[in-house]
Amino acid sequence: MKSLFKRYKFFIITVIAVGIITIFNTNLGIKSFSIAVYSFKEMALVIPPVFVLLGLLDVWVPRETMMKYMGEDSGIKGIILSIIIGSAAAGPLYGAFPVAAVFMKKGVKFSNILIFIGAWSTTKIPMFLFEVSALGSRFAVTRLLIDIPGIIIIAYLLSAFISKDEISKIYKNAENL
Amino acid sequence: MSNYILYGITILLLVISYYKDKKKTKMAMKKAWKAFENILPEFLGVIMLVGVLLAVLNPQVISKIIGNNSGWFGVVIAAIVGSITLIPGFVAFPTAAMLLQNGAGYMQIGAFLSTLMMVGIVTMPVEIKYFGKKLTKLRNLFAFIFSFIVAYIIWKVV
Repeated sequence: MKSLFKRYKFFIITVIAVGIITIFNTNLGIKSFSIAVYSFKEMALVIPPVFVLLGLLDVWVPRETMMKYMGEDSGIKGIILSIIIGSAAAGPLYGAFPVAAVFMKKGVKFSNILIFIGAWSTTKIPMFLFEVSALGSRFAVTRLLIDIPGIIIIAYLLSAFISKDEISKIYKNAENL
Repeated sequence: MSNYILYGITILLLVISYYKDKKKTKMAMKKAWKAFENILPEFLGVIMLVGVLLAVLNPQVISKIIGNNSGWFGVVIAAIVGSITLIPGFVAFPTAAMLLQNGAGYMQIGAFLSTLMMVGIVTMPVEIKYFGKKLTKLRNLFAFIFSFIVAYIIWKVV
């Protein structure tokens, strides 16, 4: 019971905070709650299939296969695959983190995981189509062409800034998630 | 639409998996539930934060903040607003188009969209749980800086 409280502490604090906001500004508080409920519904729609797919991936795809295509020695093939998988994704960025955890378990190279996160965040194909229709193809294509090298450079920079020890710690942590 | 595809593929794979090996499928479902239950507290907290943020920072307010600004000051403000807000893409792009009509420049919009997608201040608790504090902070910082490069190039090209 105590651990349950501890785990949900952050959530409980946010609920209390919105409650206090509601006392001082009823409109803002109710609006906040209704947007939260709306986001929850959206999450409830996207999240279940993502986690089921993750479970299936974890059970069915052998570590060796993942390592061969996206592991330490996967080279350019691994980079391209990471970008394609990230770009084909649906859902908000926080959906990418559990996927990254399973990739770690399967021995995917650290920089490829970071490239995957980058691609999920900004080069998603469905979003690109929205962008073209709202802001024009010149804007969207320019952004895409900067983003692809940008994502790769950021991934390698991050890999350089984080020590081997810290990387293995992050991988170990993923085993328990 | 993409939701239907996602569900379709998931159900199809689940059926194939069950047909091939019931035990393994059960294990996959158990793992899926465990992974979900593990991150649920952070998800719920983040959702509450997003609720408050979107209630305060709706498109009208954002357009007021960066709408009539130009130059690098506007870009910095746009990048900060993009970093702390979390708007789904199908809302973000029409919002950006509206901001353009209200007088924001392409440079500001480039910075706003870029940080909106790549930098996530409110989702940091979730990210830290998977990647630790240091990597989370660095990734968001690099993405923030990168957004200025995006803004600059978009300003030059578009």
